[in-house]
This record gives sequence, structure tokens and C-alpha cells, in this order.
Amino acid sequence: MSKKKIQNNQKTIADLTTNKLINFMSYRKLAMIISLVLVLVSLTGLFVKGLNFGVDFTGGTIIELGYDKAADVNEIRDALQDSGYKGAVVQNFGSAEDVLIRIAPIEGMQSAKISNKVMDSLKEFSSTPFELRRVEFVGPQVGEELTEDGALAVVYALIGVLIYVALRFEFRFSIGSVAALIHDVIVTIGVFAWTQAQFDLTVLAALLAVIGYSLNDTIVVFDRIRENFRTIRDGTPVEVTNLAVNQMLARTIMTSLTTLVVLISLFIFGGEIIHNFALALIIGVVVGTYSSTYIASAIALSLGVSKEDLMKPIKEGASAEEQEAELTRMFLEEQAQIEAKEALKAKP
Amino acid sequence: MFDSKKKIINNQYPAWKYLLLMLVIVLGFIYSAPNIFGEDPAIQISPVKSIQFNKTTEQSILEALKSAQITTKKVEFSAGKFLIRLHSLDDQLKAKSVLKQTLAKQAVVALNLAPATPSFLRMLGGQPLYLGLDLRGGVHFLMDVDMESAIEKSYYRYIDEIKAELRKEKIRYLGLVYEDEALLAKFRNDESLEKAKNLISIQFADYFTQETSSISKSPSIILTLKPQAISEAKKYALKQNITTLRNRIDELGVAEPVIQQQGDRRIVVQLPGVQDTAKAKEILGATATLEFRLVEEKADAVRAEKTGYTPNGSRLYHFRDGRPILLKRSIIVSGDNVTNAQSGIDSESGSPQVNVTLDGSGGRKMLAITKKNVGNRMAVVYIENSVETIKVNGEIVKKRTTSKDVINAAVIRGQFANRFQITGLDNPNEAQDLALLLRAGALAAPMEIVEERTIGPSLGADNINQGMLSIIAGFLLVLVVMAWRYKTFGMIANVALTLNLVLIVAVLSLMQATLTLPGIAGIVLTVGMAVDANVLIFERIREELRSSSVQSAINAGYEKAFVTIADANITTLLAAIVLFSFGTGPIKGFAITLSIGILTSMLTAIVGTRAVVNYLYGNKPVEKLSI
Repeated sequence: MSKKKIQNNQKTIADLTTNKLINFMSYRKLAMIISLVLVLVSLTGLFVKGLNFGVDFTGGTIIELGYDKAADVNEIRDALQDSGYKGAVVQNFGSAEDVLIRIAPIEGMQSAKISNKVMDSLKEFSSTPFELRRVEFVGPQVGEELTEDGALAVVYALIGVLIYVALRFEFRFSIGSVAALIHDVIVTIGVFAWTQAQFDLTVLAALLAVIGYSLNDTIVVFDRIRENFRTIRDGTPVEVTNLAVNQMLARTIMTSLTTLVVLISLFIFGGEIIHNFALALIIGVVVGTYSSTYIASAIALSLGVSKEDLMKPIKEGASAEEQEAELTRMFLEEQAQIEAKEALKAKP
Repeated sequence: MFDSKKKIINNQYPAWKYLLLMLVIVLGFIYSAPNIFGEDPAIQISPVKSIQFNKTTEQSILEALKSAQITTKKVEFSAGKFLIRLHSLDDQLKAKSVLKQTLAKQAVVALNLAPATPSFLRMLGGQPLYLGLDLRGGVHFLMDVDMESAIEKSYYRYIDEIKAELRKEKIRYLGLVYEDEALLAKFRNDESLEKAKNLISIQFADYFTQETSSISKSPSIILTLKPQAISEAKKYALKQNITTLRNRIDELGVAEPVIQQQGDRRIVVQLPGVQDTAKAKEILGATATLEFRLVEEKADAVRAEKTGYTPNGSRLYHFRDGRPILLKRSIIVSGDNVTNAQSGIDSESGSPQVNVTLDGSGGRKMLAITKKNVGNRMAVVYIENSVETIKVNGEIVKKRTTSKDVINAAVIRGQFANRFQITGLDNPNEAQDLALLLRAGALAAPMEIVEERTIGPSLGADNINQGMLSIIAGFLLVLVVMAWRYKTFGMIANVALTLNLVLIVAVLSLMQATLTLPGIAGIVLTVGMAVDANVLIFERIREELRSSSVQSAINAGYEKAFVTIADANITTLLAAIVLFSFGTGPIKGFAITLSIGILTSMLTAIVGTRAVVNYLYGNKPVEKLSI
């Protein structure tokens, strides 16, 4: 137990520094450069390679078939060619027995019936028996709507965050956190562009979950920065922020660890359909952990967050009560310490 | 919490908090319990329109099953429906065909999987999770109602009404036609125009705005439906289509179908367990209806086709093989007048036929016409409207097609009223489908399937297994990590996490929210994120332990971490709400489980662990914490 005496509720940085502090904030310029490079690389990927959108967004038909034994992809491809589905993409899906057929919208064809026609012609050609595992058909108008709604959802989520953080903390923090979130989303999308992993509705849902998670991380650090500004009497904003990041380091690592652990389990066991969803979340959690430490706080700092900005609410009536409560707690704490010591002494 | 001027540090929960927690735990276990009992293969029997089941029905069902040597597990009767639980899936298929024969046209016999929840749990309202189609297999259709056709149709309805009014008031008009999304009424002179305007502004004030037009030489007005009338027409079309869909699906024999409106022009149809999607698509999307018309015997159809000239009051149609025929413009009766239709085989020729029964007014019209026209021919016109959205050169366009085929034209041998046969169909299947469509009623406007998601039963089962496996694996790993890092406190958090899982399942079961594969992913993610609250608290306690006593560290850890936890969870909820409001089916499932998980984790991770911690260490002389 610490030997330091607590005279009032204003501690110093030194009071709170028990372990060695890692000077995270001194790397913040480097981190900004790294992030900038990451974002640029991601955007390049997005423009050069583009996203491999799933049928949810492009419209079209997906048919998943389960064969009794390893399926001959070439045979299926030929059979489809012969039946007039020239653009059909045929590939194995998860295992040798599973086959996924993707058919882009065909001009002038009753699209909802394509899947049944494909099944009929495959039944005619195929020597190995198979069963239908999944059909997904999305009409062109629905595809457009989903794309539009999806983009809007991300924008709404970001605006919601901007408002909430601005209300709860301070405007500069809010800019910092939204910048971090945009960074996370862009980098995650970038990985999908470069790897050409399929981007479908579940991945979009994962992106929104990433926003939630990364924000979660950011808020926890901000919360500590705010608390430190209020309770520490010395230190520059950079030092205070650095302390907060250090204090939350163990928590950040632990939570990222537990989250990653379940996501990896989802990635491995969850099956092919949920694969890219888990992938997006894994990337998002890793990037989000990094960005909440560096981007969010660094941007808030460079925008000039200071002690005074966060002390404001203290002057209000409700917060005066809070202060009172804090003082009461301090008092009770000391009492408890005395009691505990006495209790110890009382023991034979 | 700071009413504690007498107590030193309040590391003790009052008894009521423990009681409340116990209550939550007990409820959690009760309402998640129904999920461990599995399902019975069952047959669901629901009556068709205007039929009610009674004791004799039950008797005949039981006898039929007995003679087929099928033993039942239980026969339940509720809300007018029978649910027969059986022992095996083989029995289920056998029982279905037996019962279909026995009950014939009185009932819809459908395969079902009935939850085998014990009755005491059911009495408490306990039900197992409601699985989405991606977990139990089945078809999901999103159907788009062609509202433009619906509006056009309602214009045509008004044409007849307006004409009737004009005739009644003896206002002479040259023509009243539908053109460019409005009605164009032409008159011989300005006087009748004024009269008509007056009439319309009184009689049809709620429906039409009128505007004098100079399109044609004769004085004319353009009538446009008011926005309110248009939205009425749309609502009517949607409602009518939902009703018709429900009838058709009942005919298909699907247990627990979902038919819901989505937005202002779409209908969601979910058919659990249906595998034959081709048949389902045909039946759901079909707009086929019939019209009965007299044949124009005085003119030659072949010549009319060549010259393009058709005699007044008649129109050119074609048989399915392409032969032309002239039919009178006025309809005797249409598919709307059909109350019942059954397919069958004509005993003389052996060809398929449909036995039609008309309603009262249809029967009267038919009687009047056939009385006067013995020896003339009557034709049956098969009308099919379809709409499809296709991409042409990157542009999205709607393609509408209407086909009107004459399926037969037979000589009226004697007068008849409300019962007669239609022949001339290609095959027995067509007869069956036509009978089904006539029974179920026509759609108010054509529809197209704009989204389909079919999941085969094997994939559904795989999805459940893989989902469960990832939950269990992820859960165990988190347990290990927590126990390793936080020792005793980690174990306490693990108990809370387990309880959290139970609560999520209980809440989902109680709400009967749809559990989807992304929903399972949401649970997995929640397992990983729910411990965050405990991580925050425990790290804070560790930190506080450096400068204060055990008791005050515990207290401060919980108190100080709370604000952070609340903030962090609210933001995640925010993202979940956005997800819910924009998402479609499966994505909504993810948002729901994520939100429920966040809320229950607040309870278990904060209150739950605190209760245990207080019980173990609260106000006790503890020197060191195992954290």
C-alpha cells in the first residue's frame, strides 16, 4: 500500500505514477504518419481495385449447392455455359463438396426464376447428386436501396457519435473520436479492397459494430483523461493524456484480447457465411484499439484540449454535489484504512 | 449510495438486492429452459374458410391415423387448429398424406416442428427461441407490388363509375379514356362539358382534380386523381395483395408462414420449411384471373386480324395456339365472382377441368346471359399480368407484360347459373393451379419477387451447429483469459458472464425475437465485450489498491468505473440502434442480440459481480485480494 499521504483531492502526476510510464504521446507524430499512410493505401486500394461487392449490393443470384462427393467445378461451369449462363462464377465454398455459383443480373430475364432454371439444368447435366443449400437473389432495385441505406447507416452512426461525445465531453474530443472512427472504417474497407474479400451486408453490419467497439475504447480513454484533468493539479495536457493512456493500457489490452478471442473463434468455427463478418471485426478491433489510443486523443490534443475545457461542468450545481461526494469518499477511505489497521492489530 | 454517514464504507448489499438478483436468476433459468427440450415432429391441421372442426373431425383424424398404424404422442386442439405430435419424421410424412386424404378439402394439412416444451413451462409463458429462416431452413421472399398498375387499375374503376353517373344525368360524352396517368373526357359541346365539370366537382370532389384541356378539338377535361385518392389506391392494393397471398399460402399448406407489410409497397413472405421454391414462386407471383365473354359470331376473326378492323363492341383475342377469335367487349363475369373452384377430370373425355362456383351476382348475370344465348359460344379468357425489373444498359426499368389467352370457347347448350366447368386446359397441373388461384382470389396489382433468400434444411442445421460451436469456444476462451488474469475476481466475472448468456437466451425467448446467424454472431461478440465492464472495474480496483485499503478499493473500483461503463455501453447501443433501424432481417437479428447483450451485461457484470464480491469480502477484514 502506498505510503503517500493524501491531503486533498488534487493529486500530482508523480502520485499516480507507480509503474514506468510508456510515453505513448511522444510517438503521436509517428502514429499520425503511419495512420495517414494506412488511410492513403486503403483509399488507393478502394479506387484501384474497388470492393468485391456481394449480391446484396450488386443484385444478382447466388446458389450454394452441396454435392455428395467432391464437386467438379469445371463440369458445373461447362454445364452452365451450355445453358446460357455465360457470366456465371463457379467456385468451391468452404469445402470440396460445396459449390457457390454467382450469377450477375441477366438482361431481360425474369430474375427471380434464374435459380430454379439453373437448378433444373444442373440436374440434367450433373452425374453426382446434390442438394440445394442456399439461394440468394437480390433484384437490382433492392441492391441499389441496400447500398444507399448502408452508406447512410454509417453516416448516421458517425453523426450520432459526434453529437453524443460533444454533449458528454467536449467538441474537440468529439472530432477526435469521429476522426478515429473514420480512420478505422477506411482501413477496414481498405483491407477488403486489397484482399478482395467479399463485401456483403454482414460485413457492413460488422463495420457498424466496429464503430461501436472502437468508440467504446475511445470513450474509456477520454473518460480517464477528463478525470485526470479534474483530479491532477500539475502536468501539461500531453502528460495528463499520456498518463490516462497508460492507466487504461491494461484494460485496453484485456478487452481487446477477450474480444479478439471470441472473434477468432467465430472466424474459425462460425462457417463460411460468417467468415468475412468475423474478418471485418477482427481488423476493426485491432485498428480500433490502436486508433483510440493514438488518433482520438492525439487529435483532441492537437486541437488544443486543456484542463479548463473539461473543468467547466464542475462549476454547475449538479457537479458540486459530485465534488462533495468525492470528498466524502476520501474521508471514508481514510476512516476505513484506520479501521483496517485496527482490525489487523486486533488479530492475535 | 452516499446515504451512508453511519456506515463506514458501504460494501454490503441490502437483502432486497440479493433477493432481486435471485429473482432475475430464477426467471432467467425458467425462460431459457424451454430451449433444452427440442422439438416434436408434428402435423398442423387448420380448417379452410367457413369450416369449423368439431368432435367428429377429431374422431376421424384419430381413426385415420390408427388404421395407418401411426401412434401419436399427443393431440392438441387450440384456436380452431389441431396439432398432432408424432414420434418420428417418418411418421410425420406418412401421417400428412393419410390426413390429407381423410380431410380432403376441409383442411390445410402442414408439416410442423412443435416445441416439446413441458406444460408447466408453457403455462408460465415459456417458449423456445424463435429461429430465423437461416437457422431452420425455408424461403424468404420480398415482393414488390407494382403500384403504378394499381393506380392505373383504380383509374379504370372510376371510368365505369363516371360513365354511369354521366348517363344518369343524361350528359352526352364522346369518350372517356385513360391516358398519360390521367383520364381524358371528351364532349360534343361546351354545354355538356360544363355540366360534366359540375357533376364531377360534386360527385367526385374527393377523388379528382379537373383541368380543361386543349389536346383534342372537342371540348375536353383531364381528370387526375388527388394524392389522397392515390394513396388510398395504394393502400387498398397492398391490403388486397396481402389477403390474397395469405389465402394462397394457406392453400400451399405451410405451417407458421409470415406475411408482413414492409414499407409502403413491399410484402415480406417467409415460409419456414418450404423447399420447392419454383412452385412457391409460381403460386405467389401469379396474377392469373379469368374473364368469361361471349363470342362475336357475326364477324370473321381471321379477316379482322388481317384488316385490323374489329366490329363495334368487340375485340380481337387469340387462342393459345395462335388462332384469332373475336369476343364481345362486355364481360359476363370475372374471376372476382368465383367463390370456389376445384380441379378434376372430365369423366367423358378424360381431360383436365376446373369446376367453378360463382357468387350470387355472378350466378344471376350468368343465368341472364346464357338464357338469351343458347347456341352461341362463350369464351374463357385467361389473363396474366406480370411485372419484372430488369437492367437494360445499366438503367433499371420495369417491364410489364399482359397476356390474354382464350383457353376455350364452347357452345352454350342450355342455361346455367352459378355452377359450371371450364375445359381446354393443357394438363392436370395447370387445372390444379388455376383452381387454387381462383379460390384464393386475384391480386389487386401484379407483384414481383425482388429478393429471395432460401436456406436448405442441411445448411440451417449447419448454421446452428457452427454458431453454437463458436459461442462455446469463444465463451470458454474468455473464461480462461479472465481466470488467468483476475484469479478469484476473474472467476466471479465468469459466473456473471455465464449468467449473462442465460439471460440473453431468456430475454430472446421471452420476446420471441428472431434469432438469426448474425444474431448468434452478436451473442458471440457480446460474450467478448460483456467482460469489458468487469475488466474496467477490476483494473480500477487494482489501481486503487496501490493507494488505499481493500474495502475502499473495491468500493472505488465499482463507483468510478460505473460512469465509464455507462458511457461506453451507450455508444455501443447507439451503433446497435442505427443498425436496427436500417437493417433488413438477419442484420436486425445482430442488432437485437447485441443490444440485449449489452443491457443484460450491465446487470450481471456490475450488480451481479458486486453482489458476490460484497458477499465474499464486503466489510470483512481482508488483507489481500486475489485479483
